[in-house]
Amino acid sequence: MHANFLDPFQSRPSLVHSLDARVKVVLVVAFILTSALTPTGAWPIYVMLIAVIFSAEIVSELGLAFYMKRALLAIPFVLAALPVLFTIPGPSLLSLPFGLQLTQPGLERFISVALKSWISIQAAVLLASTTPFPDILVALRALRLPRLLVAIIGLMWRYLFVMVDETLRLLRARSARSATAANPALRPGGKLTWRARVAGGMAGSLFLRSLERSDRIYNAMLARGYDGEIHSLPVPAVPPSAWAALTFGLLLLAFIIAIGRLIY
Amino acid sequence: MSCVVEVEHLSFSYPDGHSALNDVTFSLGHGQKVALVGPNGAGKSTLLLHLNGIHPRQSGSIRVSELDVEGKNLPRVRALVGLVFQSPDDQLFSPTVFDDVAFGPIYQGLSAAEVHTRVEEALEMVHMEAYIRRVSHHLSVGEKKRIAIATVLSMKPDVLILDEPTAGLDPRARRSLIELLRELPQSMIVATHDLPMVRELLPRTLVMDGGLLVADGPTAELLSDPALLHDHGLEM
Amino acid sequence: MFAAPLPMHIPDGFLSVAVSIVFWVISVIVIGISLARVNRDLGERQVPVMGVLAAAIFAGQMLNFSVTGGTSGHLLGAALATILLGPWAAVLVMTCVVAIQALIFQDGGLLVLGANLFNMAILGPFVAYPVYKLIQRISGGKPWGVFVGGGVAAWASILVASLSCAFQIALSGTSPANVAIPAMAGIHALIGLGEALITVGALSLVYAARRDLLQTGSAQPVRNNTAVWVGGSLLTLALVILSPLASSNPDGLEWVAEQAGFLETARDPSYNIIPDYVLPGISNEATATILAGVVGAFIVLAAALALAYARRKRSA
Repeated sequence: MHANFLDPFQSRPSLVHSLDARVKVVLVVAFILTSALTPTGAWPIYVMLIAVIFSAEIVSELGLAFYMKRALLAIPFVLAALPVLFTIPGPSLLSLPFGLQLTQPGLERFISVALKSWISIQAAVLLASTTPFPDILVALRALRLPRLLVAIIGLMWRYLFVMVDETLRLLRARSARSATAANPALRPGGKLTWRARVAGGMAGSLFLRSLERSDRIYNAMLARGYDGEIHSLPVPAVPPSAWAALTFGLLLLAFIIAIGRLIY
Repeated sequence: MSCVVEVEHLSFSYPDGHSALNDVTFSLGHGQKVALVGPNGAGKSTLLLHLNGIHPRQSGSIRVSELDVEGKNLPRVRALVGLVFQSPDDQLFSPTVFDDVAFGPIYQGLSAAEVHTRVEEALEMVHMEAYIRRVSHHLSVGEKKRIAIATVLSMKPDVLILDEPTAGLDPRARRSLIELLRELPQSMIVATHDLPMVRELLPRTLVMDGGLLVADGPTAELLSDPALLHDHGLEM
Repeated sequence: MFAAPLPMHIPDGFLSVAVSIVFWVISVIVIGISLARVNRDLGERQVPVMGVLAAAIFAGQMLNFSVTGGTSGHLLGAALATILLGPWAAVLVMTCVVAIQALIFQDGGLLVLGANLFNMAILGPFVAYPVYKLIQRISGGKPWGVFVGGGVAAWASILVASLSCAFQIALSGTSPANVAIPAMAGIHALIGLGEALITVGALSLVYAARRDLLQTGSAQPVRNNTAVWVGGSLLTLALVILSPLASSNPDGLEWVAEQAGFLETARDPSYNIIPDYVLPGISNEATATILAGVVGAFIVLAAALALAYARRKRSA
């Protein structure tokens, strides 16, 4: 049982994949910011943003269907925005029972929020699935994240798969013994608090084993000359083509923001 | 003769298309103890996980004590098939030995008195009665292995499935585990690389390689066939 | 399978830019202080300890127990980490978990990551710590203090984090305060019970196996955590007192939302470039949308053609 399925990176020989990770991180965040700055109900701007992200997705060679599936993740949260349909005052479009009035500004606000989150999550999926994690780490370092934090996140990623494997094995061992009695009249499952305590025991044992493992890792690091300082190779310069992509991307986003401001 | 485990034409491939089991057929009589040997990646673990339905069956059939291993039978099958995993740490996740051994009986909904009896019996079978109040986390590997076996014995299984029971044990712990397996009356399937143990303990051997069951016969015969051993990466 | 166990990871699009930025600033400052504190307390050991435990909490969030009718309880882990490691180290561990969830698994957005970090990685430990310590003190060091303290701390950490989440959404004008706050609080008062039970389960295992970690803890130095005491208590009190106020007077928050949301609110369409009616019956809005649609379709088509061309060239 291996948790490699967790790694969202999908290798392809595409232009999006080969773009410098630092540039990609900046562009993705700028894109999400652009979408956040788009006024409510500015539909042409949303169309432009969708066109931009779709284009990037097509060029990444992973297929639009892949992105659409991953983008569904944000759907459950849309529930949180449902009430604005009825609470923002404005001309009523539809009267519902319980005195609820579906208003036009409410509908506009709701659709805008849903569109923003759908557009933004696609950009985040694009980043994670076209950039190997070590490159993202280098990008975080280049963007002046504290070295210590980057080192911790790097080590976390390394052991993430080990820990998830361990957790899956624990869960499997539990379900292998979750059985019914020979007497079919007995109700299986135990009490709720007991089930919770068992899950808690698994969490506790995972925690203790991790603490012991971190001791071994620390010793192995010391054995290779670790002195608490994080040494890393210097980050290579951003190549001119990446600078060009960055400039083009930022100009495009600035243009989209400007149109939004100008028209609305 | 009625069989405790009957596997017929079992095939399984992973979502990535990799075929892990290819038309595997064998059966196990009551009280029989067999070895399952073969190189890493031969499909041994995949086969074991099929026997109590953790891996859903794709094609072929599996029966345990006359029950089809599927759908509504699964909860019952999991009690009849005692699966002992390679790493006892995965199986021992409660504060004390009692809690770990009691997991199966409590889940089954047995009465408190019955749970206590089951735990005491199971610990007695693995000669660990004195450990009932101990903290599982602090036991040695050998002790953890015995407790892991007790955690399935408390469900009164018809067949024990053990994955690499002697891996990581020192010679003394290994010896005492082999004696324990000899004493236990249950039918068992033991997946292992420990061929000396196989020769000593298990009269019948199944050899797997590349998802295929390539040999099934008396251990003495198979282990003295140098060509067979060599072809499937086994060494005495 | 690795999806968020709690409806608390806010995705992008749900918070206004102003709210996102404010919480980024707060989170960066607190995480900076935590880095310095942990560096002093753990020294060079901190990279392996923090990294492995962050991985363990991430994986531990997959642990579940069935509650009823297909629903299940999960672990968030902020309180557990706080009790076992101390508040500052817990902030770092949870920061790594929440950041990886957003960056790699899209559990929570990137622009709103500051807000999510504040709720789950900062508020969680800051609430859990004073609650746990207070109850432990009242118990006079008896074992029940660990379990009751741990359970209540876990429940409170979830509830207060969800209140903060509701406030952020209401401040952004994405959901009215009088709906968001009671809804979030109600759901998470229940989810918090699951967190409490599972945390107590974990603590009883640790208590049995490594009591030393819980008794003034070798893993957590007891030095001067006044900032957490004061900050955590104040934040908890503020959110708990403000919540009913805000839910009964949603206009106040709405007013703030309006002021803070100026960046996204539509302005008077006085700068219209396109004349009001191009075709009879079709507003300029619709025209612009159609126009943008046509332009967008061309961009997408161009991208697809460019890709097809590049592929043919590569295979040639």
